[in-house]
Formats: sequence, structure tokens, C-alpha cells
Amino acid sequence: MKLRFGVTAAEKKAWIVFLVLLGLTAAVLIISAGLGQRFIPPWDVAKTFFGAGSKLDELMIMSFRMPRILTALCAGVCLAAAGAILQGLVRNPLASPDIIGITGGAAVAVVLLMMFFSDRSSSLTISLSWLPAAAFIGASAVGLIVYLLAYKNGASTFRLVLIGIGFSMSAQAMTTLLMIKGPIYRASQANVYITGSVYGSNWQHVKIAIILSVILLFICFVALKNMNIQVLGEDIAAGAGSAVQRNRFFLLLLSTALTGCAVSVAGTIGFVGLMAPHIARRLVGSSYGALLPASALIGALLVLTADIVGRTLFAPVEVPAGVFTAAIGAPYFIYLLYKTRNS
Amino acid sequence: YTGTSWRQVYQAFTSFNGTNEHVIIKDVRLPRALVATVVGASLAAAGALMQALTKNPLASPGIFGINAGAGFFIVAGSFFLHIQSPQALVWSSFLGAAFTAAIVYAAGSLGREGLTPIKLTLAGAAMAAMFSSLTQGLLSVNELELAQVLFWLTGSVQGRSLDLLMTMFPYAAAALVICFFLGQKINLLVMGEDVAKGLGQKTGLLKFVMALCVVMLAGSAVAIAGPISFIGIIIPHFARFVVGNDYRWVLPFSAVLGAILLVCADIGARYIIMPQEVPVGVMTAIIGMPVFVYIARRGAKL
Repeated sequence: MKLRFGVTAAEKKAWIVFLVLLGLTAAVLIISAGLGQRFIPPWDVAKTFFGAGSKLDELMIMSFRMPRILTALCAGVCLAAAGAILQGLVRNPLASPDIIGITGGAAVAVVLLMMFFSDRSSSLTISLSWLPAAAFIGASAVGLIVYLLAYKNGASTFRLVLIGIGFSMSAQAMTTLLMIKGPIYRASQANVYITGSVYGSNWQHVKIAIILSVILLFICFVALKNMNIQVLGEDIAAGAGSAVQRNRFFLLLLSTALTGCAVSVAGTIGFVGLMAPHIARRLVGSSYGALLPASALIGALLVLTADIVGRTLFAPVEVPAGVFTAAIGAPYFIYLLYKTRNS
Repeated sequence: YTGTSWRQVYQAFTSFNGTNEHVIIKDVRLPRALVATVVGASLAAAGALMQALTKNPLASPGIFGINAGAGFFIVAGSFFLHIQSPQALVWSSFLGAAFTAAIVYAAGSLGREGLTPIKLTLAGAAMAAMFSSLTQGLLSVNELELAQVLFWLTGSVQGRSLDLLMTMFPYAAAALVICFFLGQKINLLVMGEDVAKGLGQKTGLLKFVMALCVVMLAGSAVAIAGPISFIGIIIPHFARFVVGNDYRWVLPFSAVLGAILLVCADIGARYIIMPQEVPVGVMTAIIGMPVFVYIARRGAKL
């Protein structure tokens, strides 16, 4: 932990990394907006953003591709931030919202909602804005239960992870149960959703997600100081005058809310919450002031790229983005186990 | 649903007369019960072996991703190679189980401390997550297949033919018999590898045979009934509670208790939302979850 006197070298590096990542994200965003059945060159895409493109391009990008891209962006940012918080909280570099079952809980809630509030023609009978609410409730319910069950003279990180894994497994069973009970069309839709896909998102979806994630990210930055103390461990944090258990609870809730937000728009895109913070830590070190924004951007990059691959690789068939994040994520996870083998 | 009396059940075997009830008993309910028995026994025994092998009370084919790996290989096999024959199905399942087991074991045993429970569990959970999401990816590309595979994916013993059971039965039975005979040796291994080596045991060979048994048991169970979770974790604990820590007894008890639990869970699965059915894997998840939490809370000692 570095004390702050003016601008240190580490801070300078963090700023550079941050700007580079921002540039990269913008670039991928523009490329992604250009790719599809009708290719639009990046330059024209950029022009369209500033309102100087052709009418056709504008229609294409603004009403078909942008919602999806923004959804991916939002989901990536939220998942990565949630993962970063959770890893600091659990002080286990291998924790992430999907591994400890929070994502699973959110997915159960959303599928439940989709099953119960859909009519014969398989369209939702209630407003879409309920989906994030349901996801949040599901995520925090599981988060709370896992936390409470792991609580035994304080919540040990070991138990937290183990019980979380158990929960994520039964959440999977529950979603399958719900899908079997529901009509088959719903089931295939829900299946795509569970694997994590940003396919078929619309502005209505996106608006809610963007507003929510901006609010949540703001809270994150307010809570930053708290994070840095929490990372030092229970004893030191308590010694530094931090109300450890209360703060821990608050941070868990925050991480849950972020996960719920991401799951409600994009389903359970796995391993982003795990990978992004690690890559970020490599780049900017482990002070949360730099780590959080960096991992948020990396998360966005990951999901955007996975989405691009998912819809171009087997075009016209779409593969959910979550498949690709899982395919990269699990080997990366094993690699992390290998890296941290002696700690 | 057809009401049958005990008498009719008995008569279906002694004097089969081709009535509806008799056909249902012989062709629908009996295979199902047999499948549940074999699968339950295999999974529970695999769990007990894994717990002894890894000294991790939470080890089981479900948590360590072996079920998911076998499941993915089966789905991928039928998707890319159009595998249809039961033989090929069983072998692709074995392959998946072995592949996952090897990765999880290797990843979990890295480093100075060797096999720590948390590392193993995390590696397993990661592999399970990857394989189940890859499976779902394959399914979402092909909607038609989804309907058929979905039920199988949570684990179900419904509608399995006796042929399929007969194909995998030899493997499961062989593995079960082998592991029953290993009980004495496993007892030594559980006391610690150094002790076992000191007493002249070939621990490497023993571990390899145990792992092979696990792969055969879990692989054949998945091939026939899909990934059924939690049986592998909770049953060995029950068995240990009943007969103590002697693996000569724990293994057979696990097998029998596992069979009983799965048959019961299947009965529950059929009645809970009549006339529809819950896949039995969901039932075991509901039953198993509290026990899992209890074990995890109690701490990581065997």
C-alpha cells in the first residue's frame, strides 16, 4: 500500500493505463458497431456517432447495434467491478460473483419472472424494468444467505467460497427445473439468456441498465477507501478503526447489486468478474483507486470482444457471449491456481 | 398414471399376462428403478473414493466438475460426431470424466502445500462452470436438440431403456467390485501418504486405480442419467456416520445408501408436481444443499 504524497509514479502509470484502456474500449466499440451483415467502415461509424453519417448507417447503428453494444459494455463493467470488490472482500484472488453463487441466484430470479409472467404468445406480461429488480433481489437473497450461512464467529472466506459453490450448483438445478416446467420456446430463450448473451437487447433494457450501473459505480468510488482497508485483512482493518463486519456486509451488498444489474440485462456471462480484476491488478497494482476503473474497462473490453466473436464466428448463427468468456475464463482460472500455488 | 397393487407387481414377474398394468411395471417402472439404483450406487461410491483420495470432505463428482465434463463430451460427441450408439456414448463420457479429473487433480495439487481442499474445490468449480456453459452454448446453437437434452442435463432416470443400462452396467459393476476390495488399502492411505508408504504400500498405483474407478463410476452414471449432483458428497458422510471411518465398510455402505437415496428421490420427483415430473437431479440438489452447507460449516476435516 502506497501512501499518497502528490502524484506518485504508480499513480502516473495508472492514469496512462486508464487512458489506453479507454481508447481501446472506444476502438472496439466502433469496430463492433461496424460489424454485422452489412459492414460499415469504422470511419463512417465514428461519423454516425457525431450525427454526420448517412441515414441508413444511422438506422443500422443506432437502433440495431448500439443497444446490444451498450448492454455488453454495461454488463462487462458491472461484472468486473463486482468481481474486483468481491476479491478484495474475500481476500481470495479466486473469488468471483459466479463462483460464489450470486450470479446463479440472479439467474433463478429472472427465469422465474420470465416463466410466471409470460402469456400464451410467450411475451412478457409485465414491464421489462422488473427484470433488474428481480435479478437484484435474487442476487442479494443468495448473497445474504451465503453470507449468513458462512457466518460463524465472523464470516470466514473459506466457508464463504465453499457454501457459495454449493449454492451456485443448486441454482443451476433450479433454473433447469423452471425451464422444464415452462413452454419450450421460453426454455430456449431462457437457455440463451442463462449462458449469457446480449442478443436481442433493446433501448428499453439498456436505459435501465445504464442508469443503474452509473449509480452503482458512483457508490463504488465513494466506498473506495473502505476497500483498501478491507484488503489488508480483518485484524488490521479492525485495528485501523474500520467496522469490519459492517463494512464487509455493505461491500457484499454492493457487489451483489452490480451483479444483479449485469445479469438482468445480459444473463450470466461467466468468468468476467474473475478475469478482469486480475488483468487489471497486473497493469495498475492493487490500490483500489486505480484497480476498480481499470478492471471495469477490461471487463467491458472482454464482453464486447466475446460478443463480436460470438456473432461473427458462426454467422448467421449466434453463439452466446458467455460461452466464449467461459472458454477463455476457465483455463485462465487454472492458470491463476498455478500462479498462486505457493501463497 | 396407473394404479397398481402389490399383487400386480408380483404377478407381472411371475405370471406376465400383457395387461396395461403389467406392461407399465415391467417396461417403464422397473428399468427406471434399476437405473436409479445403479446410478445412485455408482455416484456415491465415486464420491467416497474421491473423498479418500483428495482428503477433502467436499469432494464429489458433481463439485469437481467431472459430471459436467462427461456431460459436455457426450453433448459435443452427439453434436459434432453424431454419436448415437450406447457404446460410443459411454466411452465419450469416460473420456470427458477422465479429462476433467486429470485437470482438476493437477491444478489442485500444484504448489508447496499440495492438495488443499479449497484449491481442489475451486479448480473443480471452475471446470464445472466452463463445461456447463460450453454445453449450454452448443445447445443454444441448436434449438431442436435442446428439448431432448434439457431433461437429461439435470439428471434424470426417466425413459432409459434397459439396453443402455446393460451397456454401462459392466463398467460400473467392475469398478464397484474393485473399489470394495481396495477398502483395506484405502484405510492406510487415509492415515497419510507417508505412513502408507512406510508400510510398504505402492501409493502411486493405488491412487491411479482409485482414480480409474472414479472415472468409470462417474462416467457411466453420467452416460445413463446425466449429471446428478450432491449424491456423491452427502452419501459418504452418512455412511461414515453410520459405520465409522473404516473404508472396507464405508464403500459398500455408500453404494447401498446412494442407491436408496436416488430411488427415493426419484419417487419424490414423480409425485411432487403430478402429473409432470421434476428431474431427479433437481430433487437431489434440494435434498443435498442443506447437508452440503452443514459439512462446509463444520470445517474441512475428514
